[in-house]
Amino acid sequence: MNEPYAEPDASGHFGPYGGRFVAETLTSALDQLASLYAQARQDERFQSILAEHLKHFSGRPTPLYFAERLSDHLGVRVHLKREDLNHTGAHKLNSTIGQALLAQRAKKRRVIAETGAGQHGVATATVAARFGFDCCVYMGSEDIERQRLNVYRMRLLGAEVVPVDSGSRTLKDAMTEALRDWVTNVDDTYYIIGSAAGPHPYPMIVRDFQRVIGVEARAQFMEAHERLPEVLVACVGGGSNAIGLFHPFIDDAAVRMVGVEAGGEGIETGRHSATLVAGREGVLHGSKSYLLSNDDGQVSPTHSISAGLDYPGVGPEHSLLKDLGRVEYACVDDGQALDAFRLTNRLEGIMPALESSHAIAWVVANAPELHDSDVLINLSGRGDKDVDTVAKHDGVRI
Amino acid sequence: MNRIDALFASLRARSRKAFTAFITAGDPSLQVTLGAMHALVEGGADILELGIPFSDPESDGADIQAASMRALAGESPTRLVDVLAIAREFRSVNQETPLLLMGYLNSLLAMGVQSFAHHARQSGVDGVVLVNLPIEEFDQMRPIFEREQLSVVFLVTPTTSAQRAAKIADTASGFLYYVSLKGVTGASHLDLNDLARQAVRLRKLTDMPIQIGFGIRTPEAAAHTAPYADGLIVGSALVKRMAALADTPQKIPDAMRQMAGEFRAAIDQAGTS
Repeated sequence: MNEPYAEPDASGHFGPYGGRFVAETLTSALDQLASLYAQARQDERFQSILAEHLKHFSGRPTPLYFAERLSDHLGVRVHLKREDLNHTGAHKLNSTIGQALLAQRAKKRRVIAETGAGQHGVATATVAARFGFDCCVYMGSEDIERQRLNVYRMRLLGAEVVPVDSGSRTLKDAMTEALRDWVTNVDDTYYIIGSAAGPHPYPMIVRDFQRVIGVEARAQFMEAHERLPEVLVACVGGGSNAIGLFHPFIDDAAVRMVGVEAGGEGIETGRHSATLVAGREGVLHGSKSYLLSNDDGQVSPTHSISAGLDYPGVGPEHSLLKDLGRVEYACVDDGQALDAFRLTNRLEGIMPALESSHAIAWVVANAPELHDSDVLINLSGRGDKDVDTVAKHDGVRI
Repeated sequence: MNRIDALFASLRARSRKAFTAFITAGDPSLQVTLGAMHALVEGGADILELGIPFSDPESDGADIQAASMRALAGESPTRLVDVLAIAREFRSVNQETPLLLMGYLNSLLAMGVQSFAHHARQSGVDGVVLVNLPIEEFDQMRPIFEREQLSVVFLVTPTTSAQRAAKIADTASGFLYYVSLKGVTGASHLDLNDLARQAVRLRKLTDMPIQIGFGIRTPEAAAHTAPYADGLIVGSALVKRMAALADTPQKIPDAMRQMAGEFRAAIDQAGTS
């Protein structure tokens, strides 16, 4: 890339991707949101209120931690961006705080969200409690089963968790159902989308609120080492934590960036969620992007041991970054992610989310090639919520 | 003049309202769909709208979602090529009734929009309604549909501004599909006063035929709504009845003929606006 990386066009197109593919009912709401956000983005007062909440409510900045024993073990200098130490235990709150402030600015009384692993649902329920919104979170019934801890957390926070029984009963169906709710209740409801996906302006809004990860990581690494890391690694489901880390580095051509998708039980089995590795262009949930679908355009069932990556689509900006060759997209399977989960527990005393474990697993798998380089991994969330899943995998009842 | 334009010209000349019937292709099977289409026309439907089953129908309510799932279930899920084949079979018997396909953009992208438009035309399809394709994103595809003389129907909703509605009317062909409520297909909170206001507003913006859909579940609702538009679209109610008869599909054609007759009568008795 010779030219500086550009913003999406006025209609939210990232190259051929993105845009707004929604029912007409939502068009005016999205127009209003776009102009509301355009004002907020320029409004110093909004930005300083956001910064205050990030600092005092969420506990930012999160540390950039040199993982000494993991580094010795792999022969790679591993730096972990500790988003797991963000309030509620994942990067999701960065965006839900920002969007709650937008909802407040728009004078909405109710917020809704979709959730997969439950992290975004918890982050939404948390800001709903903090700012006094009614809150309704849509969650696939299969995810409710495997993420019961987060479901109960949301209920404790006062949110209504609505099980979604349609389709594959996972994140994509939850998002479809949330869109149906929004179409119906658009007058008083703000839809807090969790990933850098959905119709314009959501991919841009969520990315901007998540950029704090990369902005901090860049400054922290610079301060400690007076240079930039050689490689950035982040897991990609919809891709919000990855775009948040990558975006401030895009014009730093020497920094290699790798997005790690969920290979599930292996690409060849068809039971995976590796949209950028194995998908094709399509339209789902309001934007054009890579999509896992069959020859007839039906969205494919997906699988990942990590509910937060179990999604057939991906944010449109990742699709563009793939086509530009600026970010490499790879995948690791369930087993590799579990091994990385265990390794990080044992060597660092840190329990990563199974989502983030995918990013670590890619570094483990590529350690010989990465020998002696500085690799910055986004540890996007903590793994307490996954203890049940791992125990079940081990055949242990807790 | 294509079949849709010809129909509305003829209905207007006779001060009659159109009745459009929607069912989902392949629900529960392609053969049942074909029989139901003919039966709906016999019962009094002026226009048929055939749903292209999609795995993630985000603008549809429970009844039409379930119809899509039934059409996609089993060993041989209904494909877009099957929908086109049914259109062709229908057209070999019926050359008059306008036929629209309604669905989501991803189905067309998978086939290729150009290839779809060509085959749709060849199969006797007169137009399309793509729920998640707004006019802005349609612009670059427009020549493809024009070349094949396919009408592209767009939705106008209670949240559409007057300025935007005028732009949509300029872009649309065939008729304007006025969504009578905020929500998904088949929802039940239709507000007639609001509908009357909106219809008057829309009428001022365009001469294009306006059809109302999304909340009309009973002949009574049809009778109340008909005065405000050039036609009505009924879908969920028909699809729900078909679902109830899924175990006895041989009864579906008669049921569709009868229901179409009831809606027809209600619309015709409603008088003119």
